[in-house]
Amino acid sequence: MSGPNTNYDPVEVSALDPANVDAAVQDAIAAITAASSLDDLKAARIAHQGEKSPLALANREIGALPPSAKAEAGKRVGQARGRVGQALTVRQAELEAERDERILVDERVDVTVPALRREPGSRHPIELVAQRLVDAFVGMGWEVAEGPELESEWLNFDALNLGPDHPARQMQDTFFLDPVDSGLVLRTQTSPVQIRTMLEQEPPIYIVAPGKVFRTDDLDATHTPVFHQIECLAIDKGLTMAHLRGALDAFVRIMFGEETRTRVRANYFPFTEPSMETDFLCFACHGEETWGSAEPCRTCGGSGWIELGGSGMVNRKVLRTCGIDPDVYSGFAFGLGIERALQLRHGVQGMHEIVEGDVRFSQQFGMGV
Amino acid sequence: MRMPLSWLAEYTDLAPGARGADVAASLVRVGLEEEDLHGGDITGPLVVGRVLSFELEPQKNGKTIRWCTVDVGQNGQMLTEGKHQEIVCGAHNFEVGDLVVCVLPGAVLPGGFAISARKTYGHVSNGMICAEDEIGLGHDHDGIIVLSRLLGEERAATLSPGDDAIALLGLADETVETNVTPDRGYCFSVRGLAREYWHAQGSPEGGYRDPAEVATPAATAGGYPVELKDDSPIDGNDGCDRYVARIVRGIDPTRPSPSWMSKRLTQMGMRPISLAVDVTNYVMLAVGQPLHAFDVDRLSGSVVVRRARSGEVLTTLDDVERTLHTDDLLITDGGEQPLAIAGVMGGASSEVSDTTTDVLIEAAHFDPTTVARSSRRHRLITEASKRFERGVDPRVTAAAAQLAVDLLVEHGGGTVDDAVTDVDRTSERTAYLLDVTEPARIVGVDYPRERVVGILRDLGCVVDESGEGTDDTHVLVTPPSWRPDLVDAPDYAEEVARIDGYNNIPSITPTPSDGRGLTHAQKARRVVADALAGAGLTEVLSYPFVAEELADQLMLPADDDRRHAVRLANPLSEERPLLRTSVLASLVDTLRRNVARGRKDVAIYELGLVFRPGGAIGTAPIPGVAARPDAETLEQLYAAVPAQPRRAGILATGQAEQAGWWGPGRAADWSDMVAAVQTVAAALAVPVVVANDPGHAPWHPGRCARITLVDGTLVGHAGELHPKVVAALDLPERTVAAEFDVDVLVAASAEPVQARPFSTFPPAMTDIALLVAADVAAADVETALSSGAGESLESVVLFDVYEGERIEAGHRSLAYRLTFRAPDRTLTTDEVNDFRDAAVAAAASATGAVQR
Repeated sequence: MSGPNTNYDPVEVSALDPANVDAAVQDAIAAITAASSLDDLKAARIAHQGEKSPLALANREIGALPPSAKAEAGKRVGQARGRVGQALTVRQAELEAERDERILVDERVDVTVPALRREPGSRHPIELVAQRLVDAFVGMGWEVAEGPELESEWLNFDALNLGPDHPARQMQDTFFLDPVDSGLVLRTQTSPVQIRTMLEQEPPIYIVAPGKVFRTDDLDATHTPVFHQIECLAIDKGLTMAHLRGALDAFVRIMFGEETRTRVRANYFPFTEPSMETDFLCFACHGEETWGSAEPCRTCGGSGWIELGGSGMVNRKVLRTCGIDPDVYSGFAFGLGIERALQLRHGVQGMHEIVEGDVRFSQQFGMGV
Repeated sequence: MRMPLSWLAEYTDLAPGARGADVAASLVRVGLEEEDLHGGDITGPLVVGRVLSFELEPQKNGKTIRWCTVDVGQNGQMLTEGKHQEIVCGAHNFEVGDLVVCVLPGAVLPGGFAISARKTYGHVSNGMICAEDEIGLGHDHDGIIVLSRLLGEERAATLSPGDDAIALLGLADETVETNVTPDRGYCFSVRGLAREYWHAQGSPEGGYRDPAEVATPAATAGGYPVELKDDSPIDGNDGCDRYVARIVRGIDPTRPSPSWMSKRLTQMGMRPISLAVDVTNYVMLAVGQPLHAFDVDRLSGSVVVRRARSGEVLTTLDDVERTLHTDDLLITDGGEQPLAIAGVMGGASSEVSDTTTDVLIEAAHFDPTTVARSSRRHRLITEASKRFERGVDPRVTAAAAQLAVDLLVEHGGGTVDDAVTDVDRTSERTAYLLDVTEPARIVGVDYPRERVVGILRDLGCVVDESGEGTDDTHVLVTPPSWRPDLVDAPDYAEEVARIDGYNNIPSITPTPSDGRGLTHAQKARRVVADALAGAGLTEVLSYPFVAEELADQLMLPADDDRRHAVRLANPLSEERPLLRTSVLASLVDTLRRNVARGRKDVAIYELGLVFRPGGAIGTAPIPGVAARPDAETLEQLYAAVPAQPRRAGILATGQAEQAGWWGPGRAADWSDMVAAVQTVAAALAVPVVVANDPGHAPWHPGRCARITLVDGTLVGHAGELHPKVVAALDLPERTVAAEFDVDVLVAASAEPVQARPFSTFPPAMTDIALLVAADVAAADVETALSSGAGESLESVVLFDVYEGERIEAGHRSLAYRLTFRAPDRTLTTDEVNDFRDAAVAAAASATGAVQR
């Protein structure tokens, strides 16, 4: 390399000639702009920013210039390299963005193809309806009581003022155990749970008792030998039929909504006195009286009303049997069939689908209703 | 109980324009539920026809129809075409010459069913020959109505073709049918229902005309001798406390019942038979007193009412020979020959016949319990027994007899004996001292004293406001004779509420103060059910009734506790007399049903009680109900109820994971069942141990897991069903199953989970492969590794199992990943290697494992 030449005329070093520097920049920018992929851009970067690029070579020449010329040449080449560098950065970002965009397009799938590799499970709606009612009453401060399905006759009948000769006892078609004198039956109602509770707990008592019950009915559109009831019992000081109505109204609201139409009327149940029956408007015929017609409504039999369930003030005899003083405490009880509640609330027309265990039935309801 | 509006109108005033539905609605307001409505919605021509001829015509569908020509008088085709009516009829229960009921084109039958001439089976049928249900007369559709059978030969003989059948059968008169509750025996009469309808109208003054208010003669000497000799009353109540006998002689047995009576009996759903029988039925329907008519010529001694003797036999009117029980109350001839089971059914020997001229009318009052027991014992529910067991008015006896006598005299041409038998041992009802504020306290409506007293008087009670014990708030109430159900304050409160209107009762939400929410067990059971559904299983419910041979089909060993099943005395089906001892026992039916309906992939579960009596069924005591049974009796009562553990059963067949765009599916196998139980245990945070169980029915001996708590308590079993069980129960091949005791898991989850600290230092992982004999359980290897690895071991995961050519025969290779982590520092490689070696050594000594 030659020594410093203070008389050197920069114009004479062609690589540093402003026109040449400018041309190199133009070439570089043209190549960078033309790069259509990150690979192209990489080649352009090597060609125009690499060690053998015209501007790198020009930069090297600066050292040989006299000090007076160095500043100007340095500035010119520096600016040129800056322009190229910036163009590279901009193009790099553009191409990367394009690539990222393309990957997302390339990776697109059809998300409407089936995604569930395993069928989801579900609960049985009878259980869900019972749970819904229980939860509402628990929320109001009631507790849940339970009892066995195979029950003593005394708890299922006698203690509920259904003596051996009572006509009402014959209305219930009971499954008796063999031997018949074992005094055991499949419970025909959830009411023995009331008796068990009253025998074992001091008032005040506010319990709700859901459960399976049994009657010797053959399966048809409205009957099943195994079905479910939910029953409420309250024993406290000063309870009246007005409280019974209040609890029943709450029950109906929870289950069927505010708009449900009901009617109450006197009825007879051995375990209550006074007794009360609540009916709701038939969900199948919407209360249109179809009796006497060629095809009376199969759901309500034509009256336009469906029995929700029996209720009443607990019979004083029953309280005495359970060791509760009827002069101090009074109480009420009511119950209803959960199958009916399910039918009304969810438009289930028959009984077969509820009891047959066809998975398609349960699967409609998921994990909560 | 039925009631034609025309009959109701005789005893009380119908509201202006009231139709059947209005009457039914009124009765509902006072607590009598509507059951049905009959008649009233029919327009003619509906006429009597005589079958002149018919031709049998077999049809392609296998039926044979009758192409009939019927004389319908001056109606139908006779008017338009000058010939007899031509009708196609599908029924076969009639002959040429029979009188039938024909509906002609232009008529409208109940339900808006309009009749027109229409082409059917190759003919134009000009109307129909009617069955009972088609004209709203009853529910019978076994054939068409033949009038001689429906109304009796005598009545039928008075009819001519063309007569209006709507009037004949009372079809224009609506009949309301109500459901009578067991406490309202008096409503088994038009008398009682009319009274209730009158109450529903506000009990207007003079608006009720009691048909039982007739003059009755007092007992005289010389009446037919009657002796009441009940030597073993039930609960101290005489089987018969009143017996009225009246005799009507010289009845012309050929005289038919009047047509209005036949019509009413038909409307009430009863068949007219003969004047004497029809009269007893008519009076019973009118005033609720069952009557019996004896042929006087067939009686030889006095009427003696007594209990049956052991071994006595009576052939009842239904031609069934019945062996009597010593609780049965009998009407006997001279104390010997049984004539009737009191209040239930008469015997054939003393029945009135078509030659009877002298009739003894029995009007008696029988004990409800006695009649109920006899009715139940002999499986004989009759119009009489229904009324007696619910309570018949003991004061209507003589009036009923008088009404019957009057009708027999008027329509049968007989004369009544002057002598009257009336043995009366009934006692007057005693008055009840009623606190008039009590109805308000029970019902929650502030009834003024005058309202309470007024309602009770309307009901027929005698209310004494000045007798002993009465004051501002107390009155003496004597209930009417027809209301045996009115005994104490709640009974009267119900009556006040009922007549005042149940809809006047306000609604007050009760406010319990100290509810504790669901118990742990109740919450935990929901967790179990939800976890199983979350694991992809569908909850179902099955009937718990199972067949006897099921125990064999499930291959249960002879001494298995699950063979001790409870047997029903009266199963719905003799093929399924037992209650399930496992949930799987009844769940298999559900699986099969789903498969039979074309579903290949089924995964179901059920939570429910099973019945495990253990040994023989004990006897539950039946204590009295007057007071709380003593502690010992209650203990016996509870103990007599067999154990009923709550269990879960799971069954699956087909694909556990579906085939799809991702690749092939995966068949449900034993491991899905083990996983389901583990999922439930994990949901309850209860650790469980899995072991191979080579001998637990109904599982495959090589594919059955026994699942226990850490302390060894059995939870249940899971795996694949035994191939023989699968075959015996006709299940899909390789059906998998699990069953576990929910109560055990619930109890094990009762204590609050105690949190363990965990380290935030980095984990160190190391993999090992162990060669073990094929019969060594992976669970045992894992247990040994865990025990040998020391406290820093965080987890052991079996990530590969290899059996094949690359290793020694009869062995398999188990590859584990051990993860270690110390609570206080990062472990060094040397430390981890030491732990690993210790773990391998422990596995080697416990299971013979060799590191590969």
